[in-house]
Formats: sequence, structure tokens, C-alpha cells
Amino acid sequence: MDIRTTTSQLYLDNVSVSFDGFRALNALSLAVEPGEMRAIIGPNGAGKTTMMDVITGKTQPDEGDVVFEGSIDLTRLDEANIANLGIGRKFQKPTVFDMHSVEDNLVLAIAADRRARANIKWTETPDEKSRIDRLLETIRLTPARGRLAGSLSHGQKQWLEIGMLLAQEPKLLLVDEPVAGMTDAETHQTAELLKEINREKTVIVVEHDMTFVRELGVKVTCLHEGSVLAEGSIDQVSANERVIEVYLGR
Amino acid sequence: MAFPLIRVLDRSSLVFLALVAAAAVIVPALNLLLPETSPLHVPTYLVALFGKYVCYALLALSIDLIWGYCGILSLGHGAFFALGGYAMGMYLMRQIGTRGVYANPILPDFMVFLNYKELPIFWYGFQSFPYALLMIVLVPGVLAFVFGWFAFRSRVTGVYLSIITQAMTFALMLGFFRNNFGFGGNNGLTDFKDILGFNVQAQGTRAALFAASCVALALGFVICRALVTSKFGKVLVAIRDAESRTRFLGYRVESYKLFVFTLSACMAGVAGALYVPQVGIINPSEFQPANSIEAVIWVAVGGRGTLTGAVLGAILVNYAKTTFTTGMLAPYWLFLLGGLFIAVTLFLPRGIIGTFNHWQQERLAKRDAVSSEAATRAAE
Repeated sequence: MDIRTTTSQLYLDNVSVSFDGFRALNALSLAVEPGEMRAIIGPNGAGKTTMMDVITGKTQPDEGDVVFEGSIDLTRLDEANIANLGIGRKFQKPTVFDMHSVEDNLVLAIAADRRARANIKWTETPDEKSRIDRLLETIRLTPARGRLAGSLSHGQKQWLEIGMLLAQEPKLLLVDEPVAGMTDAETHQTAELLKEINREKTVIVVEHDMTFVRELGVKVTCLHEGSVLAEGSIDQVSANERVIEVYLGR
Repeated sequence: MAFPLIRVLDRSSLVFLALVAAAAVIVPALNLLLPETSPLHVPTYLVALFGKYVCYALLALSIDLIWGYCGILSLGHGAFFALGGYAMGMYLMRQIGTRGVYANPILPDFMVFLNYKELPIFWYGFQSFPYALLMIVLVPGVLAFVFGWFAFRSRVTGVYLSIITQAMTFALMLGFFRNNFGFGGNNGLTDFKDILGFNVQAQGTRAALFAASCVALALGFVICRALVTSKFGKVLVAIRDAESRTRFLGYRVESYKLFVFTLSACMAGVAGALYVPQVGIINPSEFQPANSIEAVIWVAVGGRGTLTGAVLGAILVNYAKTTFTTGMLAPYWLFLLGGLFIAVTLFLPRGIIGTFNHWQQERLAKRDAVSSEAATRAAE
């Protein structure tokens, strides 16, 4: 396989995935630069979630290259390997460990040895404790640290999941519909939080909420039928004839 | 320190261990020290019966570790129990020596009867107790490891995994039923004489076996507690509740599953090994899928993911079984067991201990809420 060295944080080249004849991704190419925040929009079935699955190792592409940090071929690795390389993923539906406390959710997520043997002997270090305290502050869940994650509100769960992502200390964050089901105030706070995170990390956000995308103020890629339809600033993309036709509506 | 004792042994664990220790001392004492005429005397047959319950409790504990904490519903755990039992049975058979019907110093009776000329290779070494002990743990452990390696790597989960565990125990049952398999066919292994030089039927041996079963149960419990209260245990629960999330956090889920599944099989093997000398026989019917399902019901009744609940469930259901199958209700036992499972699923999904814990937590939460409310009012 020919892997060209690139300066991109993440580089997808000509990636195709089919499910029973349905082409979920059709020769998709995308490059995300280090430190960039990219918003991905597109109608249902455009391939946004499949793209996330390919990057995180859940789905193997039929063809094409997925390259991380210029030289690492992600198509050969599984989910755990990719996560440990520094790619974190937030699901569309908030997925936290309901039967664990908020604090334990972060304990599980915090960057540390993931092997079974190490975790039998594990005891919390003061450093881990202070990192968790800081994270709880960031995601505004300090008062809820002892509560079961299952008892949190929808918005709080979204934030907890973002906190878990941060605890992993990833280099690249994939965030799938972070503001779905949030109030306007929560949506605004989430945009602020993502901008804050973007100061140190590369972020890819998949979102339907155009107000939210506009608030982020970053480069936008619109997917349609498994490939890139348009790319550019939010104003350019939303002025694009084809985008209006298939996605935004007239 | 790797396992802070206070974390592993909370108050209810200590109560549990104290109860097991008390049983280990009191039952043999009431059997051995009191005259048979005393109203408190425990007859020897009851000691063996209680010993059987304790072995079942250890099996239930092993199932709770994988099902209650990691969400692996094995419907074939009876197979590991039976394999441990067979390993012990082979040791006991080799101890019979010339006291068998055919008085062959090497070959057990059934082999002479089936015209075996020499001892099959896999029977070598079983005259030694340490070797048998090793096999009791190793055989179920290796089978579980190989089975789990394939199943978990291929990401077989849920109902599909339950079905193939069931197929595994069924296949083993069919194998062990065959005479040419070398384990005594459908008669299995029986007519044991002694264990470590003591008569297996003797009152003192029965009492010692009961105490040994209690020790094994207590040990198994402490191992399970140490695991489930560690970060490893938190990962298990995470896998149970959101497996793919756990993978995306970077945990290699299959290694975790493989480890607990293998450990659990070893525990089940020990339970089976202690069971055999107390009931005096092991035969292929122990591999019946129904046995494994029954063991799962014990755990469900007592409460999944509580450990103590599994033990309580095993003892309660088996006590009920003994009571019902000896009376006029005997033909209806299976209906009752099925009904019990349905009733627990519908009305007590957390099981006995689980419901109790939940109720206690809610009460505590309510009290906290009331006191914090009072504090804010006082502050005003």
C-alpha cells in the first residue's frame, strides 16, 4: 500500500465502504490539519457516522487509506489500539456507564495503563485525583461526582461524555452530534467548551444544528452520498447550490 | 498495598465471611461432638447435604462473577463444575486399588469390565493428589481459555454466546456418555473408598470435607471481592453496560472477558471437585444443560452482581429443592423452579440481596436529602 507522508493530523484518501451493496462511503477524501476544528454536516445517510466508524476502527474500509499523523495506517488497527494512539470518540447518543458514579466514569476514562493486570493492582494516584477534580470543574459536574451517571440529565450526560473524552487526553476528538437534545443555553456553553478544547486538540464535529455550526465559526465539510459535496467557510457552503438542494432546502 | 483490605472487605462481606466460618465450625462440631440422642445433633447425611449446598454456592459465585459483573451469561458452567468433579473422581478411582470388584491394582473396575488392557494415558498421574488438584483447576481453566479465546475474539456476545456455551456442555455430555471415551460411560465414576487415606464415608471425613468446602467458598468470595472492587472490576461493569464505549476508551475487552471467564471456570472446577466426594458419584448427567440453567436461576434469585446473593440463592433454591423433591410435591418441582424464575424476573429483577441493597441505598439517599434540606433551612 502506498502511504504518502502528509502533514495532516488525519488524512482520508479515496475511502469506500459498502454494506450489502449500499455504498455508505464513496471515494471519500478528507484532510484535517493539526489543531484544526472541522465541522461535518450533511443529510441523514450521507456517511457521517460511517466515516467516524472507519476512523475509530469499528468498520474496515473496502478500499482507501486512513492515515493518522502522517504515517500511521489506521485501517490495520482495532478500536483499542486506535483509542490508545490518541483518538477519542463521542457517540451520537450520550454513552456513559450508567451504573458507575460520575467520578468512576472519569477514573475509567483517564489516560493510564489499559491492561488487565495493571488494573487489578491499581490505586488512585494523587495526580490522577487532581486531574479528575479539574475535569469535574471543566464539565461543571463537581457537585454530582458521587451520583450514578444513569441519574444525570441528558445534557449532563453529554458533558460527562465530553469530560471522559478529555480524560483520555486524545490528540484528535471525534464528536458526534454533541448538542442534540440540548437547550439553547446548553448549546451555547457546549460551543464554548469545544472552542476551549480546540486550543490544544484537533476536533472533528458532526452536527445538524446550523446555528451551532455557525457559532463554532470553523471550516465546514458537507457530505452527501458518501463523498464530499462542498468544503469551505459556513457562508460559502451554505450558499452552494447543491448543498441547498440536498441538505438545507430552499 | 495492592488490595486495601477495607475496600475488599466491607461490613456486609465481613458478616458473610463470619457466617461461613461459623458454619464451618458449628456444623461439624454438632455432628461430631454431640451424641446422636441430643436434639441439636446434626446427622452425618445432613453434613453431606449441607456440603453439597456449599459447593453449589461456590458454583453460583463463579457464575455471578462473569454474569453479574461482566454480563457474560454462561449456560454451560455446569461443564466446568463437572470437569473438576471428574478430575477428583479419577483420583478417587485410582485410590480404590485392589479393593475393587475385579481387584485390579491399576485399572478401575469399569475398565476391566470394558476389556481395557492398560490405563489410558490421560489417567496417568491421577493416583497423586497434588496432580489431581492441579488438574481440577487446569482442565476447566484451559477449556474455558480456549473456548473464550475464540468466542471473545470473534466478539460473540449475548444470546449467541449463551447458546454456544450450552452447546459446549451438551457436546461434552454426549462424549462422556460414550464407553470408549474412557470415563466410565453413563455410569460415571463411583464406589469411592478413600481420599488422602481417609474413608470417604466416615463421619470425620464428611465433616472435614464440609469444612473444606466452606474454606473454598470463603476463599472464592475474597478473590471475587478483590477483583470486583478494583479498577479491573469497574472495567468489567463498564463492559457489561456499554461494551463498545469501553473499547473506544482503549480497553481490550476480550482480554478482560477471557481473564474472568477462565478464573470463573477454575472456581467452578474446584466446586465440582469438592462436590464429588460428598455425593459419592460423578456421571455425565452433571453436564446436562438443565443443570447449568438451574445454577443461573440460583444467581438470579439471590441477586446478580452482589456475590453474597449468589450464595444465598444457591442455598435457598437447593434447600427448597430438597424439601419439595422428597415430599408429595416431587413431580411438580420443575414447574415450581420455572415459576420461581418467572416470578423473580417479573417482580424481583434485582434478586433478594439486590433488592435489599437498592432499598437501603434509596433510604440513605432520602436521609441525605432531608438532612441537606434541613441544613439549608438552618442556614437561612
